[in-house]
Amino acid sequence: MTGDVFIYAEQREGTIQKVAFELLGSGRKLADDLGVKLGAILIGSGVESMAQDLFAHGADTVYLADAPEVEHFLTLPYTRAACKIIEEYKPEIVVFPATHIGRDLAPRVAQRLYTGLTADCTGLDIDPESKLLVSTRPTFGGSLMAQIMCPEKRPQMSTCRPGVMKPIEPDTSRTGEVVKVDFESVDADMMVKFLEVVKEARKTVNLEEAKIIVAGGRGVGSENGFENIRQLAEVLGGEVGGSRVAVDNGWIAQDHQVGQTGKTVSPELYIACGISGSVQHRAGMMGSTVIVAINKDPTATIFKVADYGIVGDLHDIVPAMTQALKDMD
Amino acid sequence: MDIIVCIKQVPDTNDVRIDEKKGTLIREGVPSIINPDDKHAIEEALRIREKEGGKITILTMGPPQADDALRESLAMGADEAILLSDRAFAGSDTWATAYSIARAVNAIGKFDLIICGRQAIDGDTAQVGPQLAESLELPQVTYARKVEISGDKAVIERALEDGHETLETSLPAVITVIGDLNEPRYPTIKGIVTAYRDKEVGKMTAADLNADEAKIGLKGSPTQVKKTFVMVPKREGELIEGTAKEAAGTLIERLQDKNVLR
Amino acid sequence: MDFQLTKEQRLVQQTVRDFAEKEVAPLAQEIDQEGRFPRETVPKLAKLGLLGMMTDPKYGGGGVDSVSYTIAVEEVSKACATTGVLMSVNNSLVCHPLEKFGTESQKEQYLGPVARGERLGAFGLTEPGAGTDAGSQRSVAVKEGDEYIINGSKVFISNAEAAETFVIFVLTDPTAGARGISAFIVEREFPGFSVGKVEDKMGIRGNGAAELFFEDMAVPADNLLGQEGKGFKIAMGTLDGGRIGIASQAVGIAQAAMEESVKYSQEREQFGKAISKFQAIQWMLADMATEIAASRHLVRKAAYIKDSGKPYSVAAAMAKLMASDVAVRVTRDAIQVHGGYGYIKDYTVERLYRDAKITELYEGTSEVQRMVIAGSLLR
Repeated sequence: MTGDVFIYAEQREGTIQKVAFELLGSGRKLADDLGVKLGAILIGSGVESMAQDLFAHGADTVYLADAPEVEHFLTLPYTRAACKIIEEYKPEIVVFPATHIGRDLAPRVAQRLYTGLTADCTGLDIDPESKLLVSTRPTFGGSLMAQIMCPEKRPQMSTCRPGVMKPIEPDTSRTGEVVKVDFESVDADMMVKFLEVVKEARKTVNLEEAKIIVAGGRGVGSENGFENIRQLAEVLGGEVGGSRVAVDNGWIAQDHQVGQTGKTVSPELYIACGISGSVQHRAGMMGSTVIVAINKDPTATIFKVADYGIVGDLHDIVPAMTQALKDMD
Repeated sequence: MDIIVCIKQVPDTNDVRIDEKKGTLIREGVPSIINPDDKHAIEEALRIREKEGGKITILTMGPPQADDALRESLAMGADEAILLSDRAFAGSDTWATAYSIARAVNAIGKFDLIICGRQAIDGDTAQVGPQLAESLELPQVTYARKVEISGDKAVIERALEDGHETLETSLPAVITVIGDLNEPRYPTIKGIVTAYRDKEVGKMTAADLNADEAKIGLKGSPTQVKKTFVMVPKREGELIEGTAKEAAGTLIERLQDKNVLR
Repeated sequence: MDFQLTKEQRLVQQTVRDFAEKEVAPLAQEIDQEGRFPRETVPKLAKLGLLGMMTDPKYGGGGVDSVSYTIAVEEVSKACATTGVLMSVNNSLVCHPLEKFGTESQKEQYLGPVARGERLGAFGLTEPGAGTDAGSQRSVAVKEGDEYIINGSKVFISNAEAAETFVIFVLTDPTAGARGISAFIVEREFPGFSVGKVEDKMGIRGNGAAELFFEDMAVPADNLLGQEGKGFKIAMGTLDGGRIGIASQAVGIAQAAMEESVKYSQEREQFGKAISKFQAIQWMLADMATEIAASRHLVRKAAYIKDSGKPYSVAAAMAKLMASDVAVRVTRDAIQVHGGYGYIKDYTVERLYRDAKITELYEGTSEVQRMVIAGSLLR
């Protein structure tokens, strides 16, 4: 309905993506703040069954464009479908995921509708006075945060970084309305053809999904030094992360990097060992539930964001923790 | 195959420091560079030209000093360069930027392909490429990591979070490229000399665009920056003291209380 | 008066710095440890056009001025002094005399391939008995028909291990002393030409410095560079330009040592704080920065005078004297900043200290530079 909050529910190859639930979590809050409904845009072929999962995660309405030509994501027909839904139901706000699909689709939609789009946000809030959407995003490589608003044009649009927003606890008894949207692509939409999709084996770590991360930085000192970090991560059942310094020095592989130029993580426990806590690093881990800092330098910034801090040599403290945890088993 | 490559001159964000009190950037003494993804775009255009022939035109919108980025592109081997510069463009967001560049592309006229870098390191939006494609009503393929031209089509590998997809697009089209695509060449000494002594950089202003004035610059931009700030650390933590063994023990107790251990 | 680099010079600096950091620096430690000539880097230098920077583009050169050249040698030397001298020798000591003194056909046959980096160049002047006293050559060329038959040897010839085109100096008239010296272009493939053992040196350990032997080596008369008897003048004129290259190398080495020191002093903690907080360290860093800036100004000024077509021997001598002296002092202090760690081969400053010393020795020792400078005062 006019004035509602919409999110784009990304599905790929018939699977609803986790980020859709994250956006619903954030969208729910925005809709409640505005006292409006939360809608989800769902585009695909034979995807109606996904609607229930979207309701369970907070959607009131699912706007469904279901057609054979949108089985795979293709910019032009998806843009046409999304624009049709937005133009017909006139939401106040539309949030897309900042995924490879969302960052392809959302700008195209915004340009066609002549409205504002804020990229890769880490925070979405309603300004209490103006009731406008305030989109917070890191800029200049994460050195600086910017708050962007779109005062005149509608809808207000943003893409939101995966792994940042929290889904609500799903409630399978929740229901909602499915609104089917008549959609037909035109020939001009088919200038790009889908040929194939290839999944590549992930031998990489999955930091975004990890519940516990033990991360090392400059203070670790060497590749061998990471052995202490690894052992603690192992006994905790967590993953190993690294700061940019650690990665640049070759102590740990790139796919372990946490921060603005690496991964954004939000584990339940983040243990930062020998990490000073640059703004770039903080940009990647501030979503963690509990943060522990271990550093020799009592003035290190990381202590200011930590729930628990220990001033001392990580090469003494980390092995002591590993040992204590082993002794408990 | 005539190619337009859109580039941006950006401050090297590795060298950017911030004034934590004012919440602003300290840009003094920070070198300006060609945006890294855009260098890959230039390299890809050069490789396509090596196979297909044709002409490469580099287009940038920016202040007069963006001339340096264009000269560097010429030194890498591009044929022509155009600087779109006017105070009227100040304050452009990605919508107005894409609109203005699209008008400039139309003013250039003939082309078969537009290549952009995926995103610029100062803004990290990745929006201008797709928005340019929409303004020109052209097909787009983003996150390209492999580009093969065959006749009036291009077959492109588009990177996904967990793999890639292969797409075929008709031409002309807009492609945005990522770093995995290629390794940009260095300018040559001879190229640098030619770029500064023998080549001309074409100039365009708002007046040359045949544009709707209400759609350029700050006025034409739907978004506004409300404020910028340095992320303020938020937590009041507890400092745990004692020997390594004592501190480790206390910490584990605290974490157990918080229910964050297995 | 303008101390700004031109935009063209700035782009040369940015390009070469970027190249040196990515392509040259990663090999520096290995080249030093193994005393290995960086053969794999030669085609990369060639591709950028760093081996014939100032040569006329019609022979495949880059056509930049000497100031750009000093900037490029500094940047490459900052990453790896061995690679810096490789480049300096090819540009200053081979391309330059070939272009200045060569005939059109010599330029086409020899200058082009050397400037394009297809054939690496070397410069053979020094003999076991003719170092600072370069005039007392022993190698001899005897004209027989349209050939010269050359016998003799050279020593400490940089690039010799890999070079293919050599500019050498031998006596065509043994009775005339320095005035009996002539320059020749010879190729590695010439029968009677051989390269001796590569020296095991203290620094710039990968520059392939070796002996050259000439045994009844037949050289076409067309390969005489300049006129008979003018070889000593050609050699001295060439070394004036070479000194600008070596001075640039010295500035690069010193700059690297200073940057390492700044970085280390901010990381290393003693007495509970970074050692950069101590005035003892700060003063060393301040002196380094000041002396490097002064050296760089002298180097660029010498290049500027050369570019303006005026005599630059004295300016080049001053630049090399000062820059090499500063390189040795700055690298020594850099080790002091690093303390015991600076004495260990894992740390770059250890190599820089060894590399710096050669700049006071080759292409004229510091004493020779003082002779040149004093000579200009006491005329």
